[in-house]
Amino acid sequence: MAGAASALFLLDIKGRVLVWRDYRGDVSAAQAERFFTKLIEKEGDPQSQDPVVYDNGVTYMFVQHSNVYLMTATRQNCNAASLLFFLHRVVDVSVFKHYFEELEEESLRDNFVVVYELLDEIMDFGYPQYTEAKILSEFIKTDAYRMEVTQRPPMAVTNAVSWRSEGINYKKNEVFLDVVESVNILVNSNGQIIRSDVVGALKMRTYLRSLGQSSQYLSSSVPALQGIVVIFDLKDAPHACGYLFILFGFNLCFSGMPECKLGLNDRVLLEAQGRVTKGKAIDLEDIKFHQCVRLARFENDRTISFIPPDGSFDLMTYRLSTQVKPLIWVEAQVEKHSRSRVEIMVKARSQYKERSTATNVEIAVPVPTDASSPNIRTSMGSAAYAPENDALMWKIRSFPGGKEYMLRAEFTLPSITDEEATPERKAPIRVKFEIPYFTVSGIQVRYLKIIEKSGYQALPWVRYITMAGEYELRLI
Amino acid sequence: MSGHDSKYFSTTKKGEIPELKEELNSQYKDKRKDAVKKVIAAMTVGKDVSSLFTDVVNCMQTENLELKKLVYLYLINYAKSQPDLAILAVNTFVKDSQDPNPLIRALAVRTMGCIRVDKITEYLCDPLQRCLKDDDPYVRKTAAICVAKLYDINAELVEDRGFLDSLKDLISDNNPMVVANAVAALAEIQENSSGPIFEITTPTLTKLLTALNECTEWGQVFILDALSRYKASDAREAENIVERVTPRLQHANCAVVLSAVKMILQQMELITSTDVVRNLCKKMAPPLVTLLSAEPEIQYVALRNINLIVQRRPTILAHEIKVFFCKYNDPIYVKMEKLEIMIKLASDRNIDQVLLEFKEYATEVDVDFVRKAVRAIGRCAIKLERAAERCISVLLELIKIKVNYVVQEAIIVIKDIFRRYPNTYESIIATLCESLDTLDEPEAKASMIWIIGEYAERIDNADELLESFLESFPEEPPQVQLQLLTATVKLFLKKPTEGPQQMIQVVLNNATVETDNPDLRDRAYIYWRLLSTDPEAAKDVVLAEKPVISDDSNQLDSTLLDELLANIATLSSVYHKPPDAFVTRAKTATQKTEDDDYPDGNETRYSETLSNAANGGASPPSSSSVPHAAARQPAPAPAAPAPAAVPDLLSDLIGLDNNQIVPADQPATSSGPPLPILLPAGSGQGLQISAQLVRQDGQIFYSLQFENNTQITLDGFMIQFNKNSFGLAAAGPLQVPPLAPGASARTLLPMVLFQNMSTGPPNTLLQVAVKNSQQPVWYFNDKILLHVFFTEDGRMERTSFLETWRSLPDSNEVLKEFPGIVVTSAEATLDQLAASNMFFIAKRKHANQDVFYFSAKIPRGTPFLIELTTIIGNPGVKCAIKTPNPEMAPLFFEAIETLLKA
Repeated sequence: MAGAASALFLLDIKGRVLVWRDYRGDVSAAQAERFFTKLIEKEGDPQSQDPVVYDNGVTYMFVQHSNVYLMTATRQNCNAASLLFFLHRVVDVSVFKHYFEELEEESLRDNFVVVYELLDEIMDFGYPQYTEAKILSEFIKTDAYRMEVTQRPPMAVTNAVSWRSEGINYKKNEVFLDVVESVNILVNSNGQIIRSDVVGALKMRTYLRSLGQSSQYLSSSVPALQGIVVIFDLKDAPHACGYLFILFGFNLCFSGMPECKLGLNDRVLLEAQGRVTKGKAIDLEDIKFHQCVRLARFENDRTISFIPPDGSFDLMTYRLSTQVKPLIWVEAQVEKHSRSRVEIMVKARSQYKERSTATNVEIAVPVPTDASSPNIRTSMGSAAYAPENDALMWKIRSFPGGKEYMLRAEFTLPSITDEEATPERKAPIRVKFEIPYFTVSGIQVRYLKIIEKSGYQALPWVRYITMAGEYELRLI
Repeated sequence: MSGHDSKYFSTTKKGEIPELKEELNSQYKDKRKDAVKKVIAAMTVGKDVSSLFTDVVNCMQTENLELKKLVYLYLINYAKSQPDLAILAVNTFVKDSQDPNPLIRALAVRTMGCIRVDKITEYLCDPLQRCLKDDDPYVRKTAAICVAKLYDINAELVEDRGFLDSLKDLISDNNPMVVANAVAALAEIQENSSGPIFEITTPTLTKLLTALNECTEWGQVFILDALSRYKASDAREAENIVERVTPRLQHANCAVVLSAVKMILQQMELITSTDVVRNLCKKMAPPLVTLLSAEPEIQYVALRNINLIVQRRPTILAHEIKVFFCKYNDPIYVKMEKLEIMIKLASDRNIDQVLLEFKEYATEVDVDFVRKAVRAIGRCAIKLERAAERCISVLLELIKIKVNYVVQEAIIVIKDIFRRYPNTYESIIATLCESLDTLDEPEAKASMIWIIGEYAERIDNADELLESFLESFPEEPPQVQLQLLTATVKLFLKKPTEGPQQMIQVVLNNATVETDNPDLRDRAYIYWRLLSTDPEAAKDVVLAEKPVISDDSNQLDSTLLDELLANIATLSSVYHKPPDAFVTRAKTATQKTEDDDYPDGNETRYSETLSNAANGGASPPSSSSVPHAAARQPAPAPAAPAPAAVPDLLSDLIGLDNNQIVPADQPATSSGPPLPILLPAGSGQGLQISAQLVRQDGQIFYSLQFENNTQITLDGFMIQFNKNSFGLAAAGPLQVPPLAPGASARTLLPMVLFQNMSTGPPNTLLQVAVKNSQQPVWYFNDKILLHVFFTEDGRMERTSFLETWRSLPDSNEVLKEFPGIVVTSAEATLDQLAASNMFFIAKRKHANQDVFYFSAKIPRGTPFLIELTTIIGNPGVKCAIKTPNPEMAPLFFEAIETLLKA
């Protein structure tokens, strides 16, 4: 069961090694390179290749990011989920993006020294160690002429709060919370909704001061929407300190770290508290939390309490699989007159309340690959033929609720066709949109309390937006 | 924040190495640092800069952390090639490991562990000991991993210096990250060691569950993976554990989620309360579903695991089939896996929707995916009786689209449907016949021909249809030829008219005289003889009712499934293979392949079988086994009468009883074949011991020879065996007479099995201790050769051999080649193997090779089914075995190699 990576490779688009770090001395770069280049050649399109491949005693796992592959090699039965997730974490979420803005061949070459340092720190003997970019950057710096100050490992690396350092300073203490919901929908050719779910994320950006020591034992919390301020003056009531601890059930005391508590209109919680709410409560099906959230606590009484990392992070994601009405319904009628022309008529209808408005709506209607000479008319927005995608792109800047727009298009088809041609790929209609100030689920942030010893005022800002995720309607 | 390091990659006109050398020895700090960067850049692009070793190491003594890291990196890469010079660095390492800055202490100990030079590891011990007790958790966590590194290089050193105990102490460390790394290190050491090193006790469990709440996400994975080995003592404890692990299902890190699922599933086996189990199933479903919104690579791993989970606990995701519907942009490998799970979750309730999906997929462009979708429809038909008709109508619709490969695939699955529901859906045969001429793939053709033959009486023009194939008979692939032969015979038996009679003559002639395919010829001759001697009997045989096939989409054998479920999230669960099938412990072997080209042919069967497993997962139901599977199975050649089965008339006649020849515990046989020397006189202070395990008359003996080269008489011999994989132990006392100086004695010590079994994967190590009254205790190691365990009752009937072979999953088949071994005479080899209780079953010829089948059995009923392939007289023997216990395979191969070489 135990097992770890033998080496980590950064390869270019052709599969050649850019930088690699050997952790165990039991795989060779030459062999990995040879294997991987062959794999790419053979498949042509590495996207279609299983991401876990076995060759000659070694398992290779890889992910692609722009023109770079990240690959691990291992000889053991290691945790595949962990290593693949680690690779993604290294590219996407934090580490490399934080350091180089964009991970690509160029940036790796420009920073190979730091890359080596990072590879040394994020993994040891093939075991993932530490991937919080923000903290890593406290002791691994990109600046070539950094000062000759000896660096020490930040407390956070081994702390129970491994995602936040002490001694962060901001003039203004602010928290921004974005509630982003993506609607995934799949409608089959009979017009039936066969899959629909909503994936939501609470994206947070925190700029909160946390100083080491503070003389003032004061705590404040600012509920987000109600605007109520609660202040505990602990100077006059020393026992209140204990009260706070009981209130939040701390096991550990983190000096000066801001402590947050988030309240949602979660049905389970509200019912447990025996509250009857005016607004609607919602059922969150599967909730995933950032590692800063105390999971055991949530399991116990569904309180979301945490010490936030500094900067931006995804506090939680959730999923709802209740059937949602498609926010934008698109119907297309395609009339194909073989070997002469094809007529397409598209209807798009917004099915949300009139007070909401979708912005940046983009509807991609597939057209035959051999179509040409488009003639398009729309009742709203602009439409253009995008031959590179074999699609007709219809863009509507602003699409208020309860409206219906039309598009008609005509293309000519060549008069001769290849009899042997492979059948055409039946692409679905794909829709993109954003609806600000609106959530499908009806999730609401009831409060966001920020408690810190020095008792500063923190301002939480909340925004809601709904977007199209995988929004596909199959053509008839 | 972009750097400008790329300038270091540019080269100058002057010779690069001399110039770098000069710069490395510059008096200016900055210049030296730049030079080291250039060296590392050169190393990165693969240039050999090992000649600068001394110069780079000279830069090691620096306050600059960045420079230090670069020099360390250089050392990791080149120390191996310059082991003698590497010693130069030791002093600095030791000094750095006591630096006031924890970052440097950790760096030093981390780097030293990566330098795989024996001489250095000795110096590593003291710093490591200190760092394991360091005040700073960052250093301790690094040191914990370093113990695993050291164990990998020199296991003895770790045991001798007591690092294992220090590591175990770290489990109680107050820092969660240190605990997590200690757990990872211990788990790895345990994996590579035969003894019990890391056993999770109840107090450990409690500590680890507490640390779980506080350590980093990666640490949580280490802990969960290690804990999933823990067996709770009862349902109550299991419930308690599960309760503390379930919050992890809410973690944003997919690996944490999957490892938590693994652990919960393991503990659930113990939980008896159905309510609790149901509740847990309900809790696990949403996180599993959410894994499918992760990146495609992770989805892939998740899907491979879900495939296993639904085989054990179908209820978890029974209502979630929709989430496995393919999205347009899913990568093909994700689509394939989703399809597999859709089949598993298909039920009468959701089949309509599922069929609609499959139909949609069958019109996509990716040929493999389309085929799989069509096959999926067939498998649903076989699985769900009530939906079969709907499935068939979808298949017929697809056939009407007339896309060549869709039609062929549909016909293959319809053949299976006919076998599952005989005499139910034959009305559609007419439609199938319409696409007859578009078939060009062997499997599709063979399936169609089978259908025509099987239902010849219902197809008016069956003879015409078959005749159209006959013209090209010699060019057809073997699979099609076999089916044509059988179909023609069926046609003739059902309609014994003139047309078929002529056809059968053509076919039989083609299949006997004109062919050199033994399978085809054998079958043709059997038919021929049957038809010419007794046509009625032929009818009974050929037209006999076929057994009905069943759905095998839950195909994994339950013990294998158990093992795979215990390995959730690991590669084993991705490959659907037990870890032993792909993990080789050959560590040293890799070093030498470093730069020599490995031949392409060397990519072994493993890679193929594995990628097949990874792609295919479940193979479609019996699609490749067109009826008469037996004919395609190994060799119906007459088995030679085995010597053991024949009563030994000779010995009966002259009244000799073999059992009396060799008394069990008397040192009578002082002659006999020489035994391997295990304790040379040099190490035994003059006592030489040779020994070997032997099998005589169904019993295992340890044959020992003692030679006294000392000046004194030795007596009072005693023997003891350490725990070993087979639990071998002495059945009685060692009987050796006092040995005068210069004398020798030979004895047979009866042995018993299954006394003191060691845990872990089976190995051949037998540790023996012998003592006498005059000398200290002598320890030596012997090797257990598996063939001494082969029992006399290991013979299998041919039918049961075939059945067993088929019933074992392919994953239980292990293959090994012995390129150096030559079999000069089949008879001699067979006799020799039979003498070791490896029983000959059958033999067949394949091209120019001879294929032999044997069976053998070791106590406690583990059978081995063996296939040996070789060309008589030429070097190279291929040995494939199937056994319920594939971890025995390496041991078996060692044994057979010895037997064949002898």
